[in-house]
Amino acid sequence: MDTMRDRFAPVVSRLLDEDPRVAVVLAEIGKDGFAEARRRHPDRVINVGIREQLLVGAAAGLALTGLRPVVHTFASFLVERPFEQVKLDLGHQDVGAVLVSAAASYDWPAGGYTHMAPGDVALLDTLDGWTVHVPGHPDEAETLLRHAVAAGDDKVYVRLSVQSNAQARPVDGERFVTVREGRSGVVVAVGPVLDAVLEATEGLDATVLYATTVRPFDADALRRATRAAGTDVVLVEPYLAGTSTAAAGEALVDVPYRVLGLGVGRAELRRYGRVEQHTAAHGLDARSLRERISGFFGQAAAGS
Amino acid sequence: MTITDEPRRTHGYADLPRLMGLMTGDEKHGPAATSTLDVLWVLYDRVLRVDPERRDDPQRDRFLLSKGHGPMAYYAVLAAKGFVPVDWLPDFGAYDSPLGHHPDRTLVPGAEIGSGSLGHGLPIAVGTALGLRAQGLDRPRVWVLIGDAELDEGSNHEAIAFAGPAGLERLHTVVIDNASASHARPGGIAARFEAAGWSAVTVDGRDHEALYAAFTAPHPGRPHVVVARVEPKNA
Repeated sequence: MDTMRDRFAPVVSRLLDEDPRVAVVLAEIGKDGFAEARRRHPDRVINVGIREQLLVGAAAGLALTGLRPVVHTFASFLVERPFEQVKLDLGHQDVGAVLVSAAASYDWPAGGYTHMAPGDVALLDTLDGWTVHVPGHPDEAETLLRHAVAAGDDKVYVRLSVQSNAQARPVDGERFVTVREGRSGVVVAVGPVLDAVLEATEGLDATVLYATTVRPFDADALRRATRAAGTDVVLVEPYLAGTSTAAAGEALVDVPYRVLGLGVGRAELRRYGRVEQHTAAHGLDARSLRERISGFFGQAAAGS
Repeated sequence: MTITDEPRRTHGYADLPRLMGLMTGDEKHGPAATSTLDVLWVLYDRVLRVDPERRDDPQRDRFLLSKGHGPMAYYAVLAAKGFVPVDWLPDFGAYDSPLGHHPDRTLVPGAEIGSGSLGHGLPIAVGTALGLRAQGLDRPRVWVLIGDAELDEGSNHEAIAFAGPAGLERLHTVVIDNASASHARPGGIAARFEAAGWSAVTVDGRDHEALYAAFTAPHPGRPHVVVARVEPKNA
């Protein structure tokens, strides 16, 4: 199967053809995919070189002239390194952009910690007005990229990953989807962790919500789900554990609730290897998830 | 008679100390407070094609104040040219004043960017120049004002190194050089820009004719920097 990132350049190249407002800004990474689009739109496909402060600053300048910049590099160099540009050149200047990241939390484990960005969504949570899409399948990535570019002058982050679920779900760029209904707890699975969550909760009588747009957080969906399934809530996120715990708390502010935030650990593993090894090390494989989720819900795992 | 009785009145260069005095309570200002004053005046009076009626016109020239610290001279010039009502000036820095100690573009009519944290204006100006070019808006020019010590920030060098090879002819930078950098740039400021393929001129930042000549010097195919030397900050 192709990856979300394989879809990125073709989708955005089509948007460049369709919409004269769209401009792409790159910092070397990902430029090959846009070679053809750059020939067609030399002034709207811009590669600034390995300069990430300029990457975001220039995007802000493009937006100030009325364009819709789509900005792409690895998450660490898109959100973390130029964070003040994200805060000031976009937020404080009151202009929008679509930031599209690759490499996610540990897509390239052999690359080590410099190319891991488990804190990207938590960092954006310190800022106002960001929409955050976390697709779980290349088809969903395509849909959400189109939503992001079409979202007026909004500030939108699209987090692409090589980690993916086996099948795509219908996503609308806004709401959580109910994948399974139960009566003894709610699990919110974000993007690529859905398959592992479904395997982990097999037979647990839990409601599983699937989230691909996590900001704004679909508080209505969570509240609705807790009416039948109770207010024990587990969040499983493919980035820093607990990133959405506060958002879940706000959704349930008027009821007693328990919430467990699972995700990528804060501690630096200092390990290389493969994606599955890091997934297991962070306790995000189906077996670890089953143990932690069923323990939290106070149920014995079926068959154990 | 108050100024609000005649909102269309514009002011001249000789009015600027009084306008600044409305913010500072003192009409005698040291060199640091006025380091940008002559550059700003010559730009707004003779060079920039922008006025209060056209401040949203896509064809206007863009002026980006990157060195947002000490913006009294900027606000005074904006008031003199009718962008900002003169009666806003005395509340400078107050809770409900649109005029802060660093400008906010969403609050100050005519301000193209908010600034304060150093090193943001030049990269944004690069993007503005690219955005105008991509839309076929060939008339507007882009100006950005930075300070000599602001050049310490690495983000400027990302922008300088890109804009030269990219041939961003419409991009103009003014560096106010009041020798405030603790570690002065070896070889001088103009040399840094020239090494990246910019056109560069260094002039007396108080000499209006010299500034005007430097601002309007042709620089085909290249971005242009004017280094405007004024009194050293710590002299």
